[in-house]
Amino acid sequence: MSSLTYEATGIPEEVEAEDPTNRRVELVLGALASVVLLFVAGMVIFVFLKGLPSFTSNGFAWFGAGGNVDQQLADIFNSPANPADYVYELRAWPLLWSTFLISGLSVLIATFISVFASIFIVHFAPAPVRKLIEPVVKFLAAVPSVIYGLIGILVIIPWINEVFITEEMAASVAYVIQLDGSSVLAGVMILTLMILPIMIAIIVDSLRAVPRNWREGALALGVNKWRAVRTVSIRAIRPAIVAAAVLATARALGEAIMLAMVTGSIGFAPNPFDGFLFLFEPSRPLAATIVDGAEGLSVAPFGETMYAFAFILIVSTGILSFVGWAARKSLGRYSIGAR
Amino acid sequence: MGLETADEGRDAAEVGIPPIQRIVVDGEIPPVRVAHQIRNGVSSELEEQFVVKQDFEIPSWAEERMRVESLGVRFGQKEAVKDVSLEVNSGEVLALIGPSGCGKTTLLRSLNKLVDLTPTAVRGGRILLDGKDTDLMDDTLLRKQVGMLFQQPNPFPMSIFDNVAYGLRERGTKRPGKKELEPIVVDALERAGIWAEVSDNLNHPALSLSGGQQQRLCIARSLAVRPEVLLLDEPCSALDPISTAIIEETIVELKSEIAIVIVTHNLQQAERVADKVGFMYLGDLVEYGSVEQVFNAPMAERTKDYVRGDFG
Amino acid sequence: MAAKATRRTRARRPRKRKKITARGTWSIADRLGLLLAWATGIFLCLVAFAITIYLALKGIQYINVEALTTRPEAGADQAETGGFLDPILGTVILTILGAAIATPIGVGIAIWLTEYGRPTSLARFVEAGIEIIVGAPSIVLAIFGLLIFQSSVMSPFSFTAAGGEVFGRSFFAAGAVMSLIALPFVVGGTREALNSIPKHVREASYALGKDQASTIRRVLLPSARSGIATGSTLGMAQIAGDTAVVVVVLGASLQLAPEGSIPVIDVLKGTGSTLTSYVFSNSPAGEGNAPEKAYAAAFVLLSIVIGLNLFVNRLTKRGQHKWD
Repeated sequence: MSSLTYEATGIPEEVEAEDPTNRRVELVLGALASVVLLFVAGMVIFVFLKGLPSFTSNGFAWFGAGGNVDQQLADIFNSPANPADYVYELRAWPLLWSTFLISGLSVLIATFISVFASIFIVHFAPAPVRKLIEPVVKFLAAVPSVIYGLIGILVIIPWINEVFITEEMAASVAYVIQLDGSSVLAGVMILTLMILPIMIAIIVDSLRAVPRNWREGALALGVNKWRAVRTVSIRAIRPAIVAAAVLATARALGEAIMLAMVTGSIGFAPNPFDGFLFLFEPSRPLAATIVDGAEGLSVAPFGETMYAFAFILIVSTGILSFVGWAARKSLGRYSIGAR
Repeated sequence: MGLETADEGRDAAEVGIPPIQRIVVDGEIPPVRVAHQIRNGVSSELEEQFVVKQDFEIPSWAEERMRVESLGVRFGQKEAVKDVSLEVNSGEVLALIGPSGCGKTTLLRSLNKLVDLTPTAVRGGRILLDGKDTDLMDDTLLRKQVGMLFQQPNPFPMSIFDNVAYGLRERGTKRPGKKELEPIVVDALERAGIWAEVSDNLNHPALSLSGGQQQRLCIARSLAVRPEVLLLDEPCSALDPISTAIIEETIVELKSEIAIVIVTHNLQQAERVADKVGFMYLGDLVEYGSVEQVFNAPMAERTKDYVRGDFG
Repeated sequence: MAAKATRRTRARRPRKRKKITARGTWSIADRLGLLLAWATGIFLCLVAFAITIYLALKGIQYINVEALTTRPEAGADQAETGGFLDPILGTVILTILGAAIATPIGVGIAIWLTEYGRPTSLARFVEAGIEIIVGAPSIVLAIFGLLIFQSSVMSPFSFTAAGGEVFGRSFFAAGAVMSLIALPFVVGGTREALNSIPKHVREASYALGKDQASTIRRVLLPSARSGIATGSTLGMAQIAGDTAVVVVVLGASLQLAPEGSIPVIDVLKGTGSTLTSYVFSNSPAGEGNAPEKAYAAAFVLLSIVIGLNLFVNRLTKRGQHKWD
């Protein structure tokens, strides 16, 4: 870019190339920027190496089910001091399933809600309502996750306990698990709310970018406004909806604090075959498990297991973030790092 | 309700051409008039209630479809259209000409209430479709009868078939099946003059067509819903001369079934296709008459200057 | 008939007649869709109001000057004892430290991306890398940070036990990790500001004989100030709201526990808590069982975060019409 400007103003190109200060500045800043890359790579590698013992001791069974994962974690924590006797046995499936379930449900529901909300904001909201909703969405994005967790634990959980969990329900699964309100449902409800602003921001932007020509063309054919938006605009922004969902999934996977407060501290895999009951069972996804285990990081095998979890998280969120970024780039958006 | 001729100082018989006809509102809502069939280019009898007092002959093939009465359109403080009255008849092409910014597109977009999409737009006056006040009609009902074509061809990102069938599918009630739609789609494509070029594969994406073909596809799309009036907003300005010629041919073919209003800044195009011409300048309808009269013997000074090419 | 007299009577009156057939042609599915659209919009507003009002009601009850200025005490009856001055200080220190580290680095990276950016493939990779940092869970960044700061190289930055084991948890460590969280926002804000400077400004500077580096330093950066401030403030809001990093890397000691003897450095080398970890530990999820304190601290935290975001709004409004 700079060489072009030099040519336009007649200063020979050699001058720019030879300028030592400029070159130095460029190299320094370039190195700084490359540190970002080194950092990301380093993070993935270091976390992997630190968590490696957990993977190697378990092999592929690490991902499988078997036994009570909380008990296994306790055993790991209580390993004898001798490194040769470290316990690593782990079947992480309940945690993985919990992560899929909670993130998946949240993203599904949030996609649905955010599409309708975005259509409302762009096409149907009267001007005063629109001026109100936009700060509302920004507000919801800004609330810290610990506050969402606080409200969850002090308001939503007692509410679920009172309204939904009946004696028979609790009794029917009492042999496996206690139902006390901290549940998948609470987690999904609040997580959906937390990822809505991200999706709404992206979808609103892309709805506004749909060429006016198309919308007017549909209206001029005598199609009512809702139909026109649904059949033309939404169809046109399908890639953006997917990109929004991908980024929201990355966010959902990484949510640790709120879920730790609200879904219960039991590494339990809710069974969908229990019927709707399974929504009320407690659970604990990967990120929340790391938060719960944060104090035990100094115990070697336990810490290494935590790093193993972290590795799974960083790889999955990394891939999702990359895919989301690539998709948004091809759609012409550039991210400001909005969470 | 009466029709008056505002004879601007000349005798119709002297010049040999119909004088300018202005419609003046005297405060009454005209009775609802049933649209009459046009058979072989001849209109059937007018209803008795509708009293016509006229000093000249209405050409027998002209069936009034829309009437604009004292239309005024304002965007905030700026007046785009000032007190315009004219008629749109089936069987003829009405061309609206004038320099940029004179309000012709705004006038066009008022005919199908598309101008209401702009939040600052305020409309005064009345527009009648077949005698019914369009303000009292539902927007979608109006637009099913009054179609529009835009300057930039705007086919949807779907297949050719889906584009043409779009208006019929999204009517709001039951979705017709593909078998039902096929004959209508084919007919529309034929009338738009593009059937020969796309008949091999109707599932091709519409966006893969050339500019001229896309515009004709848009014509087909509008025709599929069987409108009574078709509004064309500078349809050929983004196209090459050959496509323009094909579309002008199509327009001339269509005018026997549909009333057509075309906005154009190309005077030669107006001469080629139009039967009636309305010249607008800064929101006023300066002159309105047949194409021969406006181009060969314009009455207003301004019209004379514009038609001669003194300003554009 | 007076033709001229009646011509202009109707033209000015705006049309406000009621439609006779309003939604007659809308199918059930269409009406349902419209209803859902409205419902979700209203729902969002209601939820936001509910959260604010609930926190305000519950939180304000417990807040008074004493609560904001006394230090928290580990009393047996948590509901009665102490205020939360230390967590507030902790939030402030951490936010400023994190932003102070992130801003120069972020501005540098942003300059490189917009003004130099060669080779292009490297620039794209750096962009992707930043996106990955944005998407990384803060808990993962936290335990990675712990890993780094527990190595003996980093021993000056935190408490080192007699046996040589580095504690790894301190304001330094947490500040470094927090700067990662703020970094993408600084980069984004600066990039936007730099990109919005029209090309002719740069060309004018080159025409005067200045090279690229000094153009950036003297001409572009000063104009980009509001964008940089926006990015930093957004970053600070993110830092203030984060809990995972605090819990893992700050040691979560209720009071500020300075380490060593040098005046300011000792606080930074020591551990402490922030409003976020305070809310966390006072909620039923943590040890303490003082929901009132949790609400109060939550309200203060929310006010700080919203305040920072409102400040950003003001900054962006001011910076908007500069180049007209």
